[in-house]
Amino acid sequence: MIGFENVRKEYPGGTVAVEDFSLEIASHEAVALVGTSGSGKTTLMRMINRMVDPTAGRVHIDDEDVAAMDPVVLRRSIGYVMQASGLLPHRTVLDNITTVPVLRGTAKGEARERARTLMDTVGLDPDLADRYPAQLSGGQQQRVGVARGLAADPNILLMDEPFGAVDPIVRDELQGELQRLQRELRKTIVFVTHDIDEAFRIGDRVAILRPGGRIAQVGTPQEILADPTDDFVASFVGADRGARTLHVEHVDGRDVVVDADGRAAGVLAGADGRLGDGGAADGDAAAGPGAEALATEERPR
Amino acid sequence: MSWVLDNLDVIAGYTGAHLVQALPPILLAFVLSLPLAKLANSRGWLRTGVTTTSGLMYAIPSLPLFVLLPGLIGTGVRSPLNIVVALTLYGLALMVPTASDGFRSVSRDVLGSATAQGYAPAARFLAVELPLAGPVLLGGVRVVAVSTISLVTVGGVLGVPSLGMLFVDGVRRGIVAEIAAGVVATAALALLTDALLVMLGRLLMPWHRGREAGRP
Ligand SMILES: Nc1ncnc2c1ncn2[C@@H]1O[C@H](COP(=O)(O)OP(=O)(O)O)[C@@H](O)[C@H]1O
Ligand SMILES: [Mg+2]
Repeated sequence: MIGFENVRKEYPGGTVAVEDFSLEIASHEAVALVGTSGSGKTTLMRMINRMVDPTAGRVHIDDEDVAAMDPVVLRRSIGYVMQASGLLPHRTVLDNITTVPVLRGTAKGEARERARTLMDTVGLDPDLADRYPAQLSGGQQQRVGVARGLAADPNILLMDEPFGAVDPIVRDELQGELQRLQRELRKTIVFVTHDIDEAFRIGDRVAILRPGGRIAQVGTPQEILADPTDDFVASFVGADRGARTLHVEHVDGRDVVVDADGRAAGVLAGADGRLGDGGAADGDAAAGPGAEALATEERPR
Repeated sequence: MSWVLDNLDVIAGYTGAHLVQALPPILLAFVLSLPLAKLANSRGWLRTGVTTTSGLMYAIPSLPLFVLLPGLIGTGVRSPLNIVVALTLYGLALMVPTASDGFRSVSRDVLGSATAQGYAPAARFLAVELPLAGPVLLGGVRVVAVSTISLVTVGGVLGVPSLGMLFVDGVRRGIVAEIAAGVVATAALALLTDALLVMLGRLLMPWHRGREAGRP
């Protein structure tokens, strides 16, 4: 469990990146912090592994104040994945993945053995092991970044816009893989993004931030879509534009869910939870977790 | 030509003396430039100051410096130590701004990410920052090496033994072969050292070669 208690961060020079932020993140939960650039997301995330020390308030992990922990030891116990993956350009893929285990004193052979398994887990061709990061595609680099973050089997994984620099198709693929990994590994994940769709897809809960790290709304994607607290949230999630509004059309005796542009998003499952014949599983993925919440018989216009 | 063959032992002796005066300044300039560049980069005004000082330092002609230095540090004018100190100063004038650029060329994201993985500060410097500044540092060392090897010859004018003595002596005695031997040997030494540095760079920085080759 990670707890933020009234944390504030004022950088030298006077920028108040975070005014007064409190949030509890349960163990095994994935929380997405989403907000525009400069809203304090990175600052908040870096308070967890003490890359940033709060000016006021405290951050604790399993009820222990991180301020009392040795920052280097703390960081080696927390996975960290960032944009452009921050891979070490002078180390091969395998050496990048073994970074943290080797820093922690794991024997090199053992660390490499595990790194090869991890490459498989994140969907990397074993032939890439001896490449340097510059010799990989953006998507492959991000996979290495994720493998490196998982290498020491940390309980907590911090991800700072990890898929921000890859093209939409690869991003979609990586998001799907992360969801699959999380179902298996059940880490506590703090995921920073400025992309609300990504936040809804990855986060069990989503915290929408205003500048200064002020929480506009925090809740499950369903809760946020069903009941945006204010216009800021509604506009952020696109509910005000009708972009999130789905409606149902009856086609051949089946309930087809259609999005705001009139494109079929999927088939509505029966009231008893039984899926319609085919297409429903795909539809669920495409419409996102909020689909049921806003599915309505009304056309938006 | 026969002069050269008859005097191979003299040339070899001078080559040895030349290296003894050239290698320490190259090594010292490299090692000392690292902390100085880090210090300079820590403050904007210091960096400006260091760059300006380096430029001025390099503008001082070498012969007067060789002559004046003994008065300042108490060495003899003919002492190789005098040459070593003077050439280290020149080496620093070249190397500190280069090292400063080298450290600035390292991505802040990569450094931040290294910290996030749990590198302690000293380990991060040695294992991440230094190697990543390596290509720029190597460029600087190559210039320092060639310039130092050629500057050592100036000591010959003052009678400090080095390959420079060959052309000073050759001019005085009118032996063209001796003059040519001095020039060729100095140039060869500089080229050889440069080639060795390039090879060392390839060996120590294999990732950089990979990068030049581009993505497959
Ligand atoms: N090291 C720093 N020094 C000074 N100001 C900073 C520093 N890091 C971030 N800031 C400022 O704090 C605010 C929040 O930054 P950040 O946490 O990076 O936001 P986000 O990740 O949401 O884009 C911004 O205004 C940014 O300019
Ligand atoms: Mg950020």
